Amino acid sequence: MFDKMKAIVAAGALAIGGWATPSLAADALIGVSIPAATHGWTGGLNYHTKRTIDRMKEAFPNVDFVLATSSSATQQVNDIEDLLARNINALVVLPFESDPLTEPVKAAKAKGVFIATVDRGLAEEGIEDLYVGGDNPQYGTAAAEYFKGKFPDGGKIVVMRGIPTAIDNIRIEAFNEALKDTKIEVLDMQYANWNPDKGFEVMQDYLQRFPEIDGVWAGDDDAALGAIEAIKQADRKNVAVLGGSGMNKVIKLVMDGHDMVDADIFYPPTLIIPAIELVTMKYATQAPINGRYVLGSPLITKDNAAEYYFPDAPY
Amino acid sequence: MSDVTARPAEGGAAAPARNLVGFLESTGPLIALILLMVIGSLMSDSFLGAENLSNVFTRSAIIGIIAVGATFVITAGGLDLSVGSLSALVAGVTILFLNAAAQALGANWMLIAVGIAFSLLLGAAAGLLNGVMIVKGRVEAFIVTLGAMGIFRSLLTWLADGGSISLDFSLRDAARPIYYGQVFGIAVPILVLLAIAVIGELALRRMRFGRHVAAIGSSRHVARYSAIPVNRVRILTYVIQGVCVAIATVIYVPRLGAATPSTGLMWELEAIAAVIIGGTALSGGFGRIWGTIVGVLILGFIGNILNLTGFVSPYLNGAFQGAIIIIAVLLQRDRLQD
Repeated sequence: MFDKMKAIVAAGALAIGGWATPSLAADALIGVSIPAATHGWTGGLNYHTKRTIDRMKEAFPNVDFVLATSSSATQQVNDIEDLLARNINALVVLPFESDPLTEPVKAAKAKGVFIATVDRGLAEEGIEDLYVGGDNPQYGTAAAEYFKGKFPDGGKIVVMRGIPTAIDNIRIEAFNEALKDTKIEVLDMQYANWNPDKGFEVMQDYLQRFPEIDGVWAGDDDAALGAIEAIKQADRKNVAVLGGSGMNKVIKLVMDGHDMVDADIFYPPTLIIPAIELVTMKYATQAPINGRYVLGSPLITKDNAAEYYFPDAPY
Repeated sequence: MSDVTARPAEGGAAAPARNLVGFLESTGPLIALILLMVIGSLMSDSFLGAENLSNVFTRSAIIGIIAVGATFVITAGGLDLSVGSLSALVAGVTILFLNAAAQALGANWMLIAVGIAFSLLLGAAAGLLNGVMIVKGRVEAFIVTLGAMGIFRSLLTWLADGGSISLDFSLRDAARPIYYGQVFGIAVPILVLLAIAVIGELALRRMRFGRHVAAIGSSRHVARYSAIPVNRVRILTYVIQGVCVAIATVIYVPRLGAATPSTGLMWELEAIAAVIIGGTALSGGFGRIWGTIVGVLILGFIGNILNLTGFVSPYLNGAFQGAIIIIAVLLQRDRLQD
């Protein structure tokens, strides 16, 4: 009886030991902290993060990774503390929100950890060594420019906002700013939470309320997919749908020349890829790396869609 | 909560209201719904249009069918928090099953029928699992279904790689009529909801099973001494809930043809809220299906009115919804609490 238990305990210890060995053997341990998959975009983010980590591990066996996905800002603070307890050399973080994450990341920096922030900056400048981000104001501006180009003589559009967050506010502000003094009339804005079901319902109600709608900015490709179904159901013609962020399904629609969707805005979850790769290079090849790396948010049209198309990604 | 336990005997016998209190108690949710519709029609010209009403009824059908199941569970003194996650999981697994089968057998309506049967089976199995854990495993319903809520949603997220699981395009046309189709000018989901509501109301109010459910909800011990098969009935309420979730999912999938990690988010709260707005006691012992349906419609119309009029800032939508829900319940409860 005791022998049997001992054997089990020994096997367990061996298993744990075996599991922990790679991180002991590696020269550098990189912590990666990102939001959990709560909607399509973060789902894609998780997919590309795991994919990139696997590739980097394979290519550079002397660099190891720990990944933590958090479902709230509070949880992310705890997760970063746990990562620090594992003595990471570098931290790649996509902050849930800027303000609550600033202090914990600053504490990590004080311990000598190399900091790379992705997508969202921190509330204080000069903490991060590397910033890799998208351009949120440009995201809103690109949407506004699209409608200006589409309706030079004026048009009536409705807007779906995302999940109430700082990012959403920045985009909408830039969007409104770019539409000032134009003939584009924004009929209404409602939250659709970057969610296809909510996008469907909000669009159904918009279509009931406004007899004339020339365009919809759904704010995100998930919500755009819902809006497309609602427009199809109501049998309304000549409504231009613009989403945003570059979901593969929507880019495919643009490539194939869909009758409602002829463009998309680039703001992909793939921006985590260069962040992880750059930080890996720092330890794998001793490349000196710091500064800012900002990806633009250009408009994707039929001509350049193939460049942004990832058929195998979940987003 | 003495008013709650006293109600079954009183409500069963005296259907016609004897005074204002009784009248409000029995028709409270209906009055709230009518008030809401009057407000809606005053504020928006398109509110009472046939198309708008049809839209709201149709999309309410999904939560409505789930809420019918929840009425049984809650009347028996139970609770199921896993319904939203379960619908996401059933949707995802059924789509994966259909896509695989379509490649092997080709897409046709027979396959859709098999898919429906498959998802009903899946829902019933999940309900059975919940029920057995709660009744035989003697774990609080709150804990079991809270755990199941996390498990179901994580499984779906894992299956979907965090993205979405989409129905094969060859199957979309075959499945589309389930959400978008009409029979005699009425949308299919509305007819399904109606059928399930009628069956549910009959089962809960007119059949022995329903009386057992209410008796168990009032007092499990008295029910046991009255030779009611308490364990079997309680497990069965969770199975009914699982099947209702599956039926709702069958209607949901053809709408957008995809399941994502955000599918069915917060549906459990909407369903439970609809049940309580409808006059069912959260502590069990009394339930009414028609009230639940009225509750679902109240929730559906609130969102609709806000979108149609935009008279409150979108920042305050949640506050407006919260206020209406409390008022709807106040109308039927407050006067009795003395």
